[in-house]
Amino acid sequence: MYQLNKVDKRFPGVHALKAVDFTIGRGEIVGLVGENGAGKSTLMKVIYGAYQPDGGTVTIDGTAVRFQNPRQAMDHGIGMVFQEQSLITNLTVMENIFLGFEQQFVRFGIINWKEMAAAARHQLKKVRLDIDPSTITAKLSFAQRQLVELAKVLTLEERIDGDLVILLDEPTSVLAKEEVELLFGLVRELTSRASFIFVSHRMDEVLDLSDRVYVMKDGEVVDVVTKADAQVDAIQRKMVGRDVDKEYYREQKQKPYDPAKTLVSFASVSLPGAYADISFDLHAGEVLCLVGTEGSGREAILRTVFGLEKPSHGTVAVKGAPYARRNAQEAVARGVGYVPRERKIEGIVNGMNVYENMTLSQMGNYASNGVLRIAEEKALARTWIDRLAIKTPDVYKDCGGLSGGNQQKVVLAKWRSAGSDVILLDHPTRGLDIGAKEDVYDMVREMCDDGAGIILVADTLEEAIGLSHTIIVLKDGEFQKRFDGSAGGKPSLFDLVHHMI
Amino acid sequence: MAIAGTSDARRSLGFLSRDTLVKWAPLLVLLVLIAFFAVMEPRFLSIRNFARILIAATPALMIAVGVTFIIIMGSIDLSMEGTVSVCAVIFAFCFIWLGGTLASWAWLALPFALLVGAVLGFVNGLIHVKLKIPSFMASLAMGFVGTGLAMVMTGGDRIRIEDEAFRALLTVRWFNFPIMVYVAGLFLLIAWFIQTRTTLGRNFYAVGGGEALAHGSGLNVDRVRIMGFTLAGVFFAVGALLAVGRIGIAETATGNNFMFLSITAVVVGGTALWGGIGGVWNTLVGVLIVFVIGNGMVVIGLPGYIQDGVLGLLVILAVILSTDRKSISFVK
Repeated sequence: MYQLNKVDKRFPGVHALKAVDFTIGRGEIVGLVGENGAGKSTLMKVIYGAYQPDGGTVTIDGTAVRFQNPRQAMDHGIGMVFQEQSLITNLTVMENIFLGFEQQFVRFGIINWKEMAAAARHQLKKVRLDIDPSTITAKLSFAQRQLVELAKVLTLEERIDGDLVILLDEPTSVLAKEEVELLFGLVRELTSRASFIFVSHRMDEVLDLSDRVYVMKDGEVVDVVTKADAQVDAIQRKMVGRDVDKEYYREQKQKPYDPAKTLVSFASVSLPGAYADISFDLHAGEVLCLVGTEGSGREAILRTVFGLEKPSHGTVAVKGAPYARRNAQEAVARGVGYVPRERKIEGIVNGMNVYENMTLSQMGNYASNGVLRIAEEKALARTWIDRLAIKTPDVYKDCGGLSGGNQQKVVLAKWRSAGSDVILLDHPTRGLDIGAKEDVYDMVREMCDDGAGIILVADTLEEAIGLSHTIIVLKDGEFQKRFDGSAGGKPSLFDLVHHMI
Repeated sequence: MAIAGTSDARRSLGFLSRDTLVKWAPLLVLLVLIAFFAVMEPRFLSIRNFARILIAATPALMIAVGVTFIIIMGSIDLSMEGTVSVCAVIFAFCFIWLGGTLASWAWLALPFALLVGAVLGFVNGLIHVKLKIPSFMASLAMGFVGTGLAMVMTGGDRIRIEDEAFRALLTVRWFNFPIMVYVAGLFLLIAWFIQTRTTLGRNFYAVGGGEALAHGSGLNVDRVRIMGFTLAGVFFAVGALLAVGRIGIAETATGNNFMFLSITAVVVGGTALWGGIGGVWNTLVGVLIVFVIGNGMVVIGLPGYIQDGVLGLLVILAVILSTDRKSISFVK
């Protein structure tokens, strides 16, 4: 019913979509996979009306349509559930659901809130979310917000007569396993009314949910596979145009850690509202992975190690001594490096170039009496650009213009070149393509070989298992179980999930 | 990656690409203005007239350079008028009290004035950072306090500085330009050095480009901010000294008009108000644009009060040019 025929889209210097054909039938779930920059998001934007194609046609039930903006696309039954939450957090749930469509509840210029709340409750029921529609959105968990997003798009059901096409952009990236199952269940039920386009980095989920999968590479659809024929290996090969290393997580490079040398020690530490009674030791050369669902306390533990949170009970010792002042400056001075999840906000400074970003945490080492020794900074940057194969034309390149993987390398180079030996990694591979992920895994192993200890909050469970020496499973801020992840004796996915949920 | 690479290459090669245009637009505007006034009135192009423009511009340049650092951090400092008045008045009192001529111990009044500027800026920064008051409000209030303080000290009187040696700033000319122009040039170079070569300058850009990240990298952001305001205070004081040197009078009104002039100049020069982008050379160009317009309009015989209107339009134009509206959908 919904079709793109030979759709082309160009940006200055980039041919983002090259004659893309795309069809989605009534009630079908179509997966869309590809590396970063393959053109997935451009294609999505064309579908929901944010971009207008430069060539080719878009047809719905055979009629050609052209959307000037997302609102027009919505009027034709096309809705988008955004990856990064698009809800306005200081408004209530119902205001968000009907944002821009309040007119139906207005009588003589006044909104009938009761009527809106009733309508919102009806929408929330569709996604099985039992919350008061007048709740302020900021109070919801990530998973709840994701469902509200879906409920918001599902208002199209009442508004539009024909069929719906709903785009789901990485809807599972912030969801825990059970929440993902719930979402998938909902999506399958809703196919009676709507078709879905599902974009995700998680291949298993795409194959699980979709009837057909479009594989994109460099702005082209390189393959369309049906569920029956789909094979993860084959699809990944098409995405990257090469074989994915069987030893994806570099397990062959995993060496035992040094149990005699403790870098970070948590003894019965509690932070009210985040986690309680957590104890562990991080040793030199060890990758310690914190596993749990969103809100299980993983991030709070990282923030505590970095001196950003003050625990109420227990002692945190970094290299044998607790923090005196407990702030980020002291943590950095003690050799702790933090690679946060939000790379654009907390990872690299947009507008500063490569060498400036690299020395940001260690400017003192490259300055005499406050005057910078820029030649040394550049030399350092060049060394690390070579060492980590960072793709940048030169050291003067604005870091904001690098790809996600290269930005992540700059961030890691920043900490490693400063001599940090306690590295906190929060979703280090989030949003990276396969090649860049492998580079990050290589770096993790190298850091361990150099005697650094790593506390990791992994993007996927497979990654957690593959990379770690020790796995600590958390649930609602409480310690559940500790697994040994030495090479050869790694726990299975099931072992972990069993304790997470 | 290859695709992105070529696109970047094309963008930088393209003669009139957005980035290039935005980068050089202020200088282009300055040259066009000079050409325009020169065509309208050939006398505009004389060295005498340029000297006049520079003399008028030097105090404002110093103040604008000071506030440039603050704007790079993504904050704003509106305390310049009060700070300039206080520094000017305290300088004049000290100068006269210590002997009234540079040949005596009165030269100590010069560094003392800079110290006063630093202290005012420090207090300003302290109020902004420690009490967590937005810089806009904290500095505006400090500015009013300064103006009031200057008024209390002078009782509304003007203090004349008639020392030949100090007035040499204006009266002695090297290669057709008075000494104060060279002094301003020297401080501009110092500012450039701070901007590009010191950890403090780098920190300004880091705080303006990503405060959360600067903090996460172990920078003491509070300290950087307070030092930024202190540094701005020193440059305000330099501006105050040059302003006194120019007219030989220190009074409460010495600081008048500098707020609009300096912020206008910084923005017109291409330093972005949200921080992280720009620098002191942008500010130099911005100050020159502002004063070329002022001078040029007088030279071609337009009434002076049109200037403010033209400058206002120019600010809007500058912000339009420097804003990538494709990437910003809403502005508050």
